[in-house]
Amino acid sequence: MNSMRPERMVRLAVKNLSQYKLRAGLTMLGIIFGVCSVVAMLSVGEGANREIQEKIQKMGSQNILIKSVKVPNDENAGQSKRSFIAAYGLTYADAEELSRFVPNLVASTPIKRLRFDVQFKARRLQTDVVATVPWFLGVQSHRMMRGRFLTSADMEFGTPVCVIGTRLARILFAGYDPIGKTLQLDRDAYTVVGIVGDMAQGEVPGEDQLWLDGENQSVFIPLRTYLQKRGDLFTQWSEGGGTFEKIELYELILTIDKQENVVTAVDAVRRVLKKNHKKEDYSIIVPLELIRQARETRRLFNIVLGSIAAISLIVGGIGIMNIMLATVSERTREIGIRRALGARRRDIVLQFLMETLLLSISGGVIGLIFGALIPMAITAATGVKTVLTFSAFVLAFSVSVTVSVVFGIYPARRAAMMDPIEALRHE
Amino acid sequence: MSVPIVELKNAAKEYVNGALRVTALRDVNLRIDPGEYAVIMGASGSGKSTLLNLLGCLDHLSAGDYLLGGESVANQTDDQLSEIRSTRIGFIFQSYNLIPQLNVLENIEVPLFYQGVPESEARVKAEALAERMGLSDRLRHKPMELSGGQQQRVAIARSLVCDPILMLADEPTGNLDSKTGEEILELIDELHGEGKTIVMVTHDDDIAHRAQRVIRFRDGTMISNDWHGAPKP
Repeated sequence: MNSMRPERMVRLAVKNLSQYKLRAGLTMLGIIFGVCSVVAMLSVGEGANREIQEKIQKMGSQNILIKSVKVPNDENAGQSKRSFIAAYGLTYADAEELSRFVPNLVASTPIKRLRFDVQFKARRLQTDVVATVPWFLGVQSHRMMRGRFLTSADMEFGTPVCVIGTRLARILFAGYDPIGKTLQLDRDAYTVVGIVGDMAQGEVPGEDQLWLDGENQSVFIPLRTYLQKRGDLFTQWSEGGGTFEKIELYELILTIDKQENVVTAVDAVRRVLKKNHKKEDYSIIVPLELIRQARETRRLFNIVLGSIAAISLIVGGIGIMNIMLATVSERTREIGIRRALGARRRDIVLQFLMETLLLSISGGVIGLIFGALIPMAITAATGVKTVLTFSAFVLAFSVSVTVSVVFGIYPARRAAMMDPIEALRHE
Repeated sequence: MSVPIVELKNAAKEYVNGALRVTALRDVNLRIDPGEYAVIMGASGSGKSTLLNLLGCLDHLSAGDYLLGGESVANQTDDQLSEIRSTRIGFIFQSYNLIPQLNVLENIEVPLFYQGVPESEARVKAEALAERMGLSDRLRHKPMELSGGQQQRVAIARSLVCDPILMLADEPTGNLDSKTGEEILELIDELHGEGKTIVMVTHDDDIAHRAQRVIRFRDGTMISNDWHGAPKP
């Protein structure tokens, strides 16, 4: 015997469901909420994830950042009132050794970070000074806005030039073109040769986001020039006495040729530094590891989210089962009639499953629409970044349909297993 | 001699209800030939409904054999019995048993639906039968919008749609007033006149007189089997 054609089954299901419009609508509500919440939650999660990823990516996924860290010195703990020279952190020797022993290294970028008073004409403010090398520009997310960056000639001759951040250019040089002007760094004079923007500060190089803070108000000077003028000793005056700190390198950025080689390079870095330093007066930051950690966090987040979604969809499924059981018992007589007129058990199962499927698919589609609208509303209202992914749609939809069909099987089978004689007698 | 439509051989039906065994039918031997119009009578609980269910392939025999149109159906699977019901048997019920959400035409088409008959073909057959039953102006009406007599006409049209070899009627006039009931009985007479084989359950003696043959049941046993009117063919 031929089976019924699918479109006839669908039409029959539509006809049967339209008998109970309110009930069908309420049943769909469970699926609508389930699918909608899954899609909305996933898109908010994905938005947060992308934001973190982008920030880390800007630090350079091929980079290894090593920073000097001051470790409280136990031996000198009792002599805090006396002056002494504290030497700690990364040394030029470290940099030298790292560039020899770290595999696949393409660039080693030394950085000294200091804080100075800077002055132009009568304006004076305190800001960060970054003493570094010409190739610093390519290592992180900085971009030249005007003029030029530091050059190898600057390095070689120790020329007193500087490049300034966009924010500093605006504040300190308000009303003047900074290029060619002389900037007073404490007691030393530097000529401004370029303006640099830190793109990590914002997505769009629009005003407000670009000016946020960080290196947009820094002064970049050649490392050589600084060493010639000041050396490595740093004086800090505190209550009751002064301390002299000697830090050769504040920061060292190692750039590795490929992401795959970062992990082995990090191992080499750890080995070298462990050998050279008795105390751990440095910290190693690996953006790639941060990315991995962010991924791991996201995975956990997804598990939590998935569990919530699964629960809501199961609740929706139970709702469907409940309604279908009620429908089956109300339509016992119809089932008896259909069986007497030649419907096989399979035909009855299909009839009720088709109704369940239709409910869950329509509910799923409506849920997807709301699930797409809600993140847009969230973004519009709060500015929180949300990302709608195709996989979220597919996941939410397929899971909801699968769950409903699974929960629809029991009522449908119950309908099909009825004794036709009993069913016919049912009032 | 032609092949009988119905042939029951030592047929018995028992129901097991917990520890209780109820014998609904015992040792029934019955033969109904093509074109016969037989009436089954008996008090409630006499086994006449059980017999009708067995004849309609809605139930299995506990013992004995049942040949429908010469083929044994005693050991058929559920699916096979479904197919037999949709192709060879036409049911007419006391309470019409139309499907409420379907209109007249759709109700008539239900058995064809399960046979996989193409829609257009089914529609032609259903329309012809509806017209014959005098329902031409009611084709799109739902059962609730029809009178009892009209509903029973729809049910008769539905039972005829797959051209069955056996028509089973279970007190078809039980829910109708005497005038409408008379019309329905005349319709059944007409079908008999066309050569249909009809088995009808009733407890009304007047109705029983219309048939050629009256079979009486008591306590699950066939107690009489009388021919009257036209002789047995």
